[in-house]
Amino acid sequence: MSTRAHECLMRMYLEEHNLESYQGSIPRWCSGCGDNAILTAVQRLCRDEKLRPEKTVFVSGIGCSSRLPHYMKTYGFHGIHGRALPVAEGIRLARPDLNVFVTTGDGDCCSIGAAHWIHAIRYNMNMTVMLHDNQIYGLTKMQVSPTSPKGLRSKTTPRGAFLEPLNPLTVTLGIQNASFVAQAVDWIPELIYEILSRAFHHKGCSFVRIIQRCPEFLPELLDPWLHDPNRTLLLTHEKGLQVSASLSRVYKNQREHDPMDIDRAREIASAGDPIPVGILYHNPSVPRYEELHAIEPLRTPELIQRGLEAELDKFTIWPQEEAG
Amino acid sequence: MCASTLAEIGPAVATGATRSAKQAITLSEHVIEIISDSGEGAQRCGQSFGAIAARMGNGVWTVEIIPAEIQPPARSIAGASGNRIRIGTHRVTNGGNEANLVVAFNEQVLLGRVRERELKPGCTVLLESMWRDHPDAGIAAAYRETREQLVRDGYDVREIPMEQECKRLVSDPRRGKNMFVLGMLCSLYSFDLQLARDQVAFIFGKKDQNVIKANVALLEAGHEWAESNLDFKYRIPAARATEAQIVVNGNTALALGVMASGMDVCAMYPITPATSASHYLSEVFENVGGIVHQAEDEIAACAFAIGASYAGKCAVTITSGPGYSLKQEAIGLAVMCEIPLVVVDVQRGGPSTGQPTKAEQGDLLAACFGSHGDAPKVVMAPSSIEDCFYSILTARKIAETFNMVVVVLSDANLATSQQPFPRPKFNEAWLAPPVNQDPVPEGAKPYDWDPLTGIARRFVPGQPNGMHTLTGLAHDRLSRVAYDPESNEEGLRHRSLKLAALQKSLKTPPLFGGEDGELLVIGWGSTRGAIEEAVGRLRAEGHQVSSLHLRFIQPMPGGIGEILKRFKQVMTIEMNWCDRPGDELIDASNRRVSALAMMLRARYLVDIDCWGEVRGQPLKPDAVCRVISNKLVQGRR
Repeated sequence: MSTRAHECLMRMYLEEHNLESYQGSIPRWCSGCGDNAILTAVQRLCRDEKLRPEKTVFVSGIGCSSRLPHYMKTYGFHGIHGRALPVAEGIRLARPDLNVFVTTGDGDCCSIGAAHWIHAIRYNMNMTVMLHDNQIYGLTKMQVSPTSPKGLRSKTTPRGAFLEPLNPLTVTLGIQNASFVAQAVDWIPELIYEILSRAFHHKGCSFVRIIQRCPEFLPELLDPWLHDPNRTLLLTHEKGLQVSASLSRVYKNQREHDPMDIDRAREIASAGDPIPVGILYHNPSVPRYEELHAIEPLRTPELIQRGLEAELDKFTIWPQEEAG
Repeated sequence: MCASTLAEIGPAVATGATRSAKQAITLSEHVIEIISDSGEGAQRCGQSFGAIAARMGNGVWTVEIIPAEIQPPARSIAGASGNRIRIGTHRVTNGGNEANLVVAFNEQVLLGRVRERELKPGCTVLLESMWRDHPDAGIAAAYRETREQLVRDGYDVREIPMEQECKRLVSDPRRGKNMFVLGMLCSLYSFDLQLARDQVAFIFGKKDQNVIKANVALLEAGHEWAESNLDFKYRIPAARATEAQIVVNGNTALALGVMASGMDVCAMYPITPATSASHYLSEVFENVGGIVHQAEDEIAACAFAIGASYAGKCAVTITSGPGYSLKQEAIGLAVMCEIPLVVVDVQRGGPSTGQPTKAEQGDLLAACFGSHGDAPKVVMAPSSIEDCFYSILTARKIAETFNMVVVVLSDANLATSQQPFPRPKFNEAWLAPPVNQDPVPEGAKPYDWDPLTGIARRFVPGQPNGMHTLTGLAHDRLSRVAYDPESNEEGLRHRSLKLAALQKSLKTPPLFGGEDGELLVIGWGSTRGAIEEAVGRLRAEGHQVSSLHLRFIQPMPGGIGEILKRFKQVMTIEMNWCDRPGDELIDASNRRVSALAMMLRARYLVDIDCWGEVRGQPLKPDAVCRVISNKLVQGRR
C-alpha cells in the first residue's frame, strides 16, 4: 500500500502539464469567435495551476460557448440548455476534490437558465462560472438574446429589439451571497487570463462575464469599443487587478476600485459604457453551501446501519423486546 | 354477489346496557373514520388509534383524509381532515370499503364524507353535540337539521358531549378532544388501555411530563365515558406476528429506503404529495451522512441529482406529476448519457395541477415514454408500503448496474397510508459501492457498449485516463459528438438493449388465485391490496378469477404472454382514465383505454379490457368485486 501511495505521489510530482495536456478536440467555432480567446486562457490557467485533468470538470449547457468542454482534455459535461449550473452544483456537492468550471452563454445563463443563475450565486458553491456573452443566439442562427442591445435587428426582431438589454453584472451584484463578480472582454486576452486566475482562486462561486464578439452574426457590434481604448475602463486595485505596463500604455482609462466595496461595484456595473474590465466585487468570507450542508466523507456501512436501525427503532411496534 | 366484509360472528348488541351487561361483539374487521376541521387533531388521533391497533397485533391500514387547503374554513363540507383506519384480525392490505363507524367533530365535515359516499349506509356515527345549543342560531339549526336527516336516512347517530366532557379537564378542549376520542375508541374496540397510554407518551415524548399527563387524563376520561355511556363494544381478535414489525407510511418507507440504499444525495422541490418523504429524509439523512438538497425548481432538482450521480454515486430526486413533467428533458439527458438516476414520482390526480392530495395512477405512460425521442428507462411501481422501502433499494441497484434512469411510481394512496410490516434487516449488500477512482485501462472507451447487453462501463471524474466529455448530443463510443447515421443508430440500439438485458433477469410475477380460468385481472402499484382482496373473495364464492400484479412495467417481465393465453378474458383495473364503453360516441375504434391496458395490448396483441376509476380515492374492494362480477357475467353471455 505504502509503496503504491509513494509511487502515486512521485508520479504526481514528476508529471508535467503543458498546454497539450488540456487540449481536446480541435475547436469548431468560427474564426475570430471570442470563445477561442476564452478557451486559450482556460487552458493556460489549467497548465499554470497544474490542475490534474482527471480531477477537473467543465460543465456546460447548450450554445456555441457550451461546446468548450469538448475542446478540453479534462472531464466534461455538455448537458442541456440552461441547466449547467445545477448539474455543476450536484458535482460540487458530491465531490469536493474536483475542480469545477462552468461555461455558459447569454441565452443559456440569462434566459432559459436564469433561475439557476440567481440561485447558483446564492448557494455560492465553489466553482468558476464563465458567462460567454456575445449578445446573440449564435448556434440557432441569430435570434435576439436578453443581453442584445435595444434596436438590434435579428431573425426574431427584424425591425429591431424592443427591450433594453439585461445587465448580467447588476443582476449578479443584486443577489444575496454574491462573492466574486468580474468582467473581461475578449479583445484583452491577457486580462481574461488574469481575471479567471483570480476567479479560480476564490473559494466560492466566481462569476465572470466575458464580453465577446460574434464574427458571424454581429461582426461590427463591438467595433466602437475595439477602436477606442478609452471606452474600456480597467478597474485596478491592490486587492484586485494589477495591470501590466504594456497594457497600461494602450488602456489609459483606469480607475482604482476596491473589490470589497459592493455599492461602488454596483455603480460601476450600472454605468456600462465605458465597459468596465476587472474585479468588481470580491468577498472571500461569504459562506459556501457545501460547507454548510455537506455529505459526510466517511460514510461507512456501520454509520448507515446505525442511523437506519435508530430510525427503525422509532417505528417498531411489536414485539418491543426484539427491536433494536 | 359480494358478501359484506363485516362478519359479525358475536352475540347481538345488548340493549339498554349497564357496564357489566355490555358484551363485546366479535368482528373480523372494521373501518373507522375520525374527522374534524383542520387543526383539531383528528389525524393524530387516527394515526395513534392505528398504532395502538398495530401494537395489539391487529392488521391495520390507515388512510389520511386531507383537505386540499391548509386552513379551510371551519365547519365546511370540503374541509374534512382526519384519518380512516381499517383494523382486522389478519394482515390488512388496503383501506377497505365504506366506513362502519365514524367519529365527527362537527356535522359539516360529516356531511362531506356522506356526500363522497365514504360511509356505509346506516353506520354508527359518534357526533360532537356541542353545536346543538350553539349561540349562533344558524349553526345550531344546521346541526339539528343534519342530525335529523342522518337519523331519517338510517344512520345510528350517537351524540357525544365531547367538548363538555373535556372542559372538566382542560381549558381549551379544541386541543385535547382528540385524545378523549382516542380513549373512547379504545373502549369501543376493547383495546388495552396501557398500550394507549404508552402510545400517548410516545407521541408527546419530546414535550414535558405535564403535557403527557394531561393527554393521558383526557384519554382515560374518554375511555371511562364510553364504558359508562355507550351500549356497545367490539372486539377484533388479534393475531400477533412473530417477528418485529414497523409501522410507517409509504413516503417514510421510501425515505428509509433511500437511507438504506447508501445513496448520498436526494434533490427535491416541494410538491404534494411527495414532499413528506423529503421532510422525513431532511430530518434523518444527515445521521447517515447524506443530504437533502431543496433546489430552486424541479428541473434544477433533477439536474442536481444528475450532477451528483455523474460525479460518483447514484442520486435520487423525489417528485409528483407536475414536477415529473418538468424533469422530462433532464431525464432524457440522463438516458442519453447513461447516468444512473432514481426518480420517484408519487402520483396524484392530473393533468396539470389536478388533485394534489388525491390518489391516481395517471403517470404511467409519461414515465415509460416521456422525454422526447426514444428514451428507454426502467419503470417500477411498489404495491405496498413495505414495497416502497425495498423498491428504492432495487431501483438504486438497477440504476447503477445498467447506468439507467429508474422511475419509481408510488401514489398518494401509498404515500399517506400506514401499514405494519416486518422490520427490515439491514444488509450491507443494499449499499452503493464506493466511488470508483481506479485508473481507466489504456484504450478503454467511455461508451464501450457490450454487444449483448448494451451496458457500457462508466468513467467517473477522478479516474485517470478516463477523461472525456459527456454529451447529450448523439455521440460515438469515445463520447465525441457524432451525427453520422451509424453512430446514432448504435447509441439508440445499445441504450435500448439494456432494457432487454434487465428483462431477462426478471422473474414472471406470481399469479394470485389459479393458474387459469375465466378472467385475469391485471393491476400495478398501490391497487394490489384491493384487487387481491376482491379476487380472493370472489374465488371463495367459486369464481374462476385470478389476478396478476406488475411491479416492473418497463421492461415487462417475460412469461406474461403465456399467462394471458390461459384465461378466457383479461382486463386491467387501474386508477386512471379510460373511456366508458357506454358513452354514445365511444366504440372500439376510438376508445381510449387505461395506461397499462394500452401497453399490454400493444405487446401481446390480446384484446384486453380495462376499468379505471379516477375519484381520487383508493380503490375499494367492493367496487373491484362489482367490476369483476360484471365482467364475468359479460364473459358468459
